[in-house]
This record gives sequence, C-alpha cells and structure tokens, in this order.
Amino acid sequence: MEERIGVFVCHCGSNIAGVVDVKRVAEELGKYPGVAYSTDYTYMCSDPGQTMVKDAIKEHNLSGVIVAACSPTLHEATFRRAGRVAGVNPYQVEIANIREQCSWVHQGDKEAATRKAIKIIKTMVEKARLDEALDPIAVPMTHKALVVGGGIAGIQAALDIANAGYETILVERGPSIGGHMAQLSETFPTLDCSQCIMTPKMVEVAQHPRVKLMTYSEIDDVSGYVGNFKVKIRKKAAYLDRDICNGCGLCMEKCPAKTTSEFDEGLAQRKAIYTPFPQAVPNKPVLDRDHCTYFLNDGKCGICKKICPVQCIDYEQEDEIVEDEVGAIVVATGYDLYPIENLGEYGGGKYPDVITSLQFERMLSASGPTEGEVKRPSDGKVPETVVFLTCCGSRDPEAHMPYCSKVCCMYLTKHAMLYKHKVHDGQAYVFYMDVRTAGKGYEEFYTRAAEEDDVLFLRGKVSKIFEEDGKVVVWGVDTLAGRKVEIEADMAVLGLATVPNAAAKDLANMLKLHTDEWGFLAEAHPKLRPVESLAPGFYLAGAAQGPKDIPEAVAQASAAASKVAHLFAEEEYHREPIIAWIDEDTCAGCRVCVSVCPYDAAEFDVEKGIARIQEAICEGCGACIAACPSASAQQRNLTDEQVYKMVSAALEG
Amino acid sequence: MKIPYYPGCTLHERALDFDVSARECAKAVGVELQELPIWTCCGAVFPLVSDNVMEILAPVRNLAYAAREGDKLVTLCSFCYHVLKRANKVVKDDPEKMEKANLFLRADTEAREEVESYTRKDYEGQVDVLHYLEMLRDVVGYDEVKKKLRRTLDGLRVAPYYGCMLLRPKKEMEFDDPEQPSIFEEFLDTLGCDVVDFAMKTECCGGFQIVADEDLAVQCSRNVVGSALKNGAEIIVTTCPLCRYNLDKKQDEMAKSVRGFKKIPVVYFTQLLGIALGIGGEHIDFSDNYVDPRPVLAGKSLL
Repeated sequence: MEERIGVFVCHCGSNIAGVVDVKRVAEELGKYPGVAYSTDYTYMCSDPGQTMVKDAIKEHNLSGVIVAACSPTLHEATFRRAGRVAGVNPYQVEIANIREQCSWVHQGDKEAATRKAIKIIKTMVEKARLDEALDPIAVPMTHKALVVGGGIAGIQAALDIANAGYETILVERGPSIGGHMAQLSETFPTLDCSQCIMTPKMVEVAQHPRVKLMTYSEIDDVSGYVGNFKVKIRKKAAYLDRDICNGCGLCMEKCPAKTTSEFDEGLAQRKAIYTPFPQAVPNKPVLDRDHCTYFLNDGKCGICKKICPVQCIDYEQEDEIVEDEVGAIVVATGYDLYPIENLGEYGGGKYPDVITSLQFERMLSASGPTEGEVKRPSDGKVPETVVFLTCCGSRDPEAHMPYCSKVCCMYLTKHAMLYKHKVHDGQAYVFYMDVRTAGKGYEEFYTRAAEEDDVLFLRGKVSKIFEEDGKVVVWGVDTLAGRKVEIEADMAVLGLATVPNAAAKDLANMLKLHTDEWGFLAEAHPKLRPVESLAPGFYLAGAAQGPKDIPEAVAQASAAASKVAHLFAEEEYHREPIIAWIDEDTCAGCRVCVSVCPYDAAEFDVEKGIARIQEAICEGCGACIAACPSASAQQRNLTDEQVYKMVSAALEG
Repeated sequence: MKIPYYPGCTLHERALDFDVSARECAKAVGVELQELPIWTCCGAVFPLVSDNVMEILAPVRNLAYAAREGDKLVTLCSFCYHVLKRANKVVKDDPEKMEKANLFLRADTEAREEVESYTRKDYEGQVDVLHYLEMLRDVVGYDEVKKKLRRTLDGLRVAPYYGCMLLRPKKEMEFDDPEQPSIFEEFLDTLGCDVVDFAMKTECCGGFQIVADEDLAVQCSRNVVGSALKNGAEIIVTTCPLCRYNLDKKQDEMAKSVRGFKKIPVVYFTQLLGIALGIGGEHIDFSDNYVDPRPVLAGKSLL
C-alpha cells in the first residue's frame, strides 16, 4: 500500500516560527515521497490545531501523521489520541521535535535551523512509512496498593486509596506510624497542635478495614511491573508477638535498660523495650536488642518476659518475610534533617545548647521531654536569649546543599513566636537570607511574629557560633544595617537543610527509581506529572520528592492516591506496545539478550531453542536489540530498517 | 628516610628557632629533611586574580625544583604551605594554566637553564605538598612519634592555634575540616599535653595587617590570645612565624586595652615536640620569644 503521510508543522507561537521558516518547511515536506499532505499552524496542540489534524486525516485519507512541534514527552499522547479519533492507529502518529532540538538551540541562524527542521521531519517521515499499526498490550492487574512510609504523606495516600475502594498495605520502618509530623509541637500558620490533627489520622488508617498496617517492617524486594508487582516485606523481629500484646506497658515500665530516644531527638531516654511515644500506633512496644540487657548480658535479665501478663515476649523471634502482590506502589519515605555535625562553623554536635529544629520542636511539645517548657539542654535553664538560624546547610552550594529547604523560614518563625509565647521577656532573634513565606496565610504569620511577638529578624548569615562563659556566642552580620552583630545567647536553634531519608536512598536504588543528585525522588515531569515516577506503577508522595510542608505533603499524597485509583479504574493494565520481539527464523539461541535484559523480560525457550520476549515485562529499552549478534531482536516501530532509513534521510544532501 | 624540605624565607632568616627545631625533631623521628638545593621565595601571598599565571610562577618554579628531588615536599610556614599547595592545585586541575606556567618557566632566562638542565621536564603537579604536621601524622605516624618520645608533656595546658592559612579554602587546601580541625589536637595528644579547646583557634591573627593597620591586627590577635587564656591555656602553639609574631610580640599592645591581661607564651609546635623528644641545648631556642615560655615549662619540670 502506498503510504499517505500528513505533515503538520507547528509554529508554537514564535517559539518555532520565530527561528524556523515554517511555511518553507511545510512546502518542502509536501514534495517529499510518501507525504500526501502538508501544512502549518500557530498552535497545533490547541483545539483548532487538533481539529485540523483530524479533518486532514479524513479528507486526505492519511495513513500516518507527523506533527513537527515540541518534544514528544509533551504532546505525543495528545496527537496520538487525536489520530485515533480520526481513524489513524496511534502508533502511526509521530512527533518530529523541531523545538527543543532545533529552534531553541539555533536561534542565531534561521537558514540553518530551517534546513535542520526539514531534515528532522524527513527522518520521521521515513520512520512513519514503516510504522505498523499496534495495539496496547493488555495485562492482568492486581488491584491492591503498597504505600511505603507511614508519615503524614503515606498515611494520607493509604487512606485515600483505601477510601477509593482498594486494598492497601501501609509499611512503616519504625515501631509506629506518624513520621516527623508526630514529633512537631504546633504547626504554622494556624498553630494547630500537631498531635491533635495527626493522631486521629493515625488511628483512622490503622483501623481502616481495607488498610493492612505493617509497622517495624521494611521492603526487602520488589519484582514485577506495573499492575503486577511481587513484594517481599520484612517484618523485623520485635521479640514479642504484637498480635497478642495488649499494650499494657508493664514491660516498658520495668525494663532496666535505657538509651536515648530517637523520637525525642536525643533529649530524653527511652527503654530498650519501648513505644516511641505514648500515642504510638500501634501502641505496642518493640524490643531493641542492641540496648537490651537480656541480649547484651547473655540472657541475664528477662524481666519483661517474667512480667508480661499475656506472655507475648519471645526472645527467639526472627525476622519474618511476608510476600504479597500489588498493582501500584506509593513511595512516601520522607526526609531527614541534614546532620548537625556537618555545621562545624556553628559547633553543631559539639555544643549542647546548639540544637536542631526538631529538638526544639520536641522541647516545645506539651508531650515532649520538657513538657513544653523551653529549657536549654546543658543546664536546664530557661534561655533568656535564643538565636534561630535559617539556611543551615541550605542555599549553600559552596559547602553544603544548594537548594532551598522551603519550610525552615516558616517553622523558625513559628519557633521564635512560640518561644516568645512561653518566655515573655525573652529575646528571639532570627537570622535569615530571605524570609520565604509563599503559602496561604504565611506572610501574615511572619508579620505577626515580627510585629506582635517582637521577634527580631536580622537579614544576614551567621559566620560562627562558639561557647564562652556559659553563653552561646553568635557572630553574624546585619546586612541591612551594614554591621557585624555579636549576640551572647543562651541557646541557638539551627534550621537544618531537609535531605532525603538516608534509608530511602537504598530503597530508591532497589526500586530503580530515578532521583536527583541529592537523592530526592524524581517526578516524571516537573510540571505536568509531579506525583508519578518515570517508572510505571510508582507514585511519589511527600518530602521524599523534595522539601515540603504539611499541606503540600498531604495534597501530593492525595494526588498520588488519585493516580493509583485512576490506574485501578481499569480491569486490565494497558502497556505500550513499543517493545522488542525476536525473529524466530533467525534467532540462534545464543542467549545474549537474556543476559543483558535489565528487566528479565528476555527468556530462553528450551523447547524451541530460541529466545523469547515476555510482552508483559519488556520495557522496550533496546538493550537486547543492540546486543543481538544476528539482528533477530527488533524493536516494534523502531526496526533496524527504520533506523537505517532515518539515518539516510538525516545524512542526505 | 629523606624528604625534600622547603624552609621558605622566614624560616631561613627570622624564624631560625622554628627551622632548627623542626630539622632536629625530624632527625629524632627518623626523617632527614633535605633542603632543596635551589629555592626562592614562594610568593608569600596566593594571588586572587585567576587570569594571570605570572603570579603563581614563583611557587610553581619551586615545585618544579622539588620534583627533581622527590615526590613530596615538606614545609612548615603556614603561608608557604598555603601558597605552594594552592599553586600546585592550579597546575594539577587546569591543563591550560599548567602549560602556560611551563612556557613561562622556559622563557624565563634565569630559570631556563635551571629548568632545562635541572628538572629536564615540565612540572605537571607531580609533587605532594605536605605540611610538617601531615608528615608526622601520615608519613611517620603519630604512633611512631610517640615511641620516640623521651618524656610526655603531662599537665601542660596547650592551646593549638591553627590560624587561617592552613585550613582555607577547604577544597583547595584539603588539610583538615576548617570548622572543627583535629590534626593539631591529635599531635598534642601524642605529646601527652592537656589540649585546650578554644573558639578562636581558626580565626585570623591579623596577618600582614600588622604592617598596614596595627590596631586591627592587634585586635585580631587579642581575640585569639584572650580566648585561649579564658579556656585555661598556659601556652599557645602555632605553625606560622607571622602568627607567632602577632600573638607573641604584640601582647604589650593587647594588655593596653584589656584590664588584667595575663601574658601567655607562644611557641612553635616543633619546640614542644623537641622538648618531648629530649632535644635540648641550642636546638630548642626560646631567646626570640617575647613572652618567655621557660617559667611555664620549668614549672612543669620540662626544662
């Protein structure tokens, strides 16, 4: 059959037309073999533009379509939909990228850009001439989700997916869900008590009939693909049967071994058998063997076992691997604070009265180690002067992290305000680079701190903090007054940079999820697909993707949940058919493809003695095609023949 | 073990007490410091201009001389160390500047013969510039040093003063953490001293400002000395002749603005090392010290 290809050249406003002579391009392409129709338009992606494509398909009986416009990551799907509506197979609709790969990079040379645009389109015409009509591959799907991380984002995502009607597993590494939000005192800009808004959600998710909550558990392995993941979850040995435990707390009361509390950020002690905090969910302890007298002293102790009224203590317990199948995975692994020890210039980790923002949160919290009183760690004195420092490790490409951690301006403002509420005649200073208050009610909150609570905001950075005569001496600069500032304070609170959770990096590696150079999970598109990972079936929620405050984390979690619900709305999952296939006649069965396939999609058919591609698994990466010595492995709609023709078109003239 | 040694002008002329004690100590720990047969001033200040290779020719020439002698070059003065190390990094990291510097060296009539006949090859950053402290820690080993000690300096409260030149800029000097360094403390630990931590140990002593603006320089060194005193130090040790000068010889000026100012001796770290190694006599010479350290040392029966 003779190909009848339509070429539609987009101006993209002046993005393309400002550099490329679009009229000439359309004209030239009209003369190219196989092209039955060629035209140009200002915005091809707009409704009139798409209508133009659809009408032309019908009018000129087109067999294939080339839209010469922006990158296919933007609008390939758009035009494939339009093609399908008008009767062209979506996989015979191609994008020729003449914006990112042409007009934007050759702005100085109109003539050359125009010639290049023509070439780019010609190569795509060559490809389209040999494009087959394909159908998406339908694969069965497990309508059950896995949410990794039990902070506010994970909890929200799990609740939303469960409320949409799907089974959900919520896995949390620690003994309780709640994450960092459970540690916070009051939240900006409304000063809601964090516990008051958090704990009901924790209870709700734990009691939800469609949520299976697995705390003190970690993801051991994930295999499979979207719609059909197989997960192995390691239930870490808690050395007690948490199903039998009634949470009476006797063991925790009597346990003789103590260590520093992670939940209280080292400001208090906890027992070796413990729940991180009294409102923990589930409110059942775990035994930390690294600090347990029984384990450290060869079985000499055993008090918890003796005292437990329901006999749930089991020192022989081992990790248990639970296997399950899910169709989608939400990663909500959260953040850590940048290590305070890295801030040597502020004596981080060296001076007890130079503390982290999370330590100050615990201090402010009514259920914290000081029961809400501000007391400095060194001597328990109520500090009369406190200095708060923003950008400790953030916005510092020279020495630390280059990015803005987004939430520090607001929470330090809140810290200073709450400190003033508790210590009325105390003096609070906030050193800032810029006060960034982009959120609803945030600017008003900042103004209130400065005007009503007399928090002194100083624009400038602190160069050094040191202790002398029982004081924390802060050397800074007030750049608005143009002078150096020395403050003899009682305590300094560092607004440390937000960094991805350390353990989440290993998880991202295991799941093969893209991250940015700092380890934050990368979204599929920064604007248009902010809650999806590039890997199909993985969704992102919360600070694992980048620094976020609570409302944003919750919004992203709900968005991720709705994406999961969207996926689950179909009975089967439809995969892209642009994958590899093996020519059975020429395959020699050498198994090179099997060894190079990163997805284990290429397998060896022992009976036939040749390789085979499992359509449901192949991602179309092309590794086997490059490796196959007999060119038996081919990519659908990107065959060797197509590639050669495209190269020839590109090299012609 | 022989290691090439670059004394620098100050140790050659004014700070002989530093130079002599360092050489003797090296011998005692099994290192022969071999002074470069030819060397010139290091330039004393690392240039801030980045587009003028001329400014680093002096240190690069010295490094080229050192390359003939071995793969390491040990130096003591903080300024020399600073300039040599940074110039070396420029040559290593920037091929264009390396080539230019070598072209200059070849074109320089005075240096040409030396470079051609002496080094016979271009300088490409092959020398490792080591501070004497790094030599003790990484080449000899603090444990080895400890074995050679004749006595430990128990109970002597010593404040290690780094100054700024050894540590900054961090990425170029790669000497220690500029905020919380530890190489000096570990050294003093090796000698058995009571190490005094003080906040101003990495602040500037005033440096060359002593020439242009004495008040400013004295203010800087007063901060350093005051902080060491406040934290209970009996003696301050330094690695730099200029720091020694500012901290030691300006104590009368410091005393003018601080009521009850107590004087404190400032010595080179090699002088304390020498005492611990049992080196005596003319090799450990305190005659150039303004504030005499001998009473403090005698008080601990260390003399």
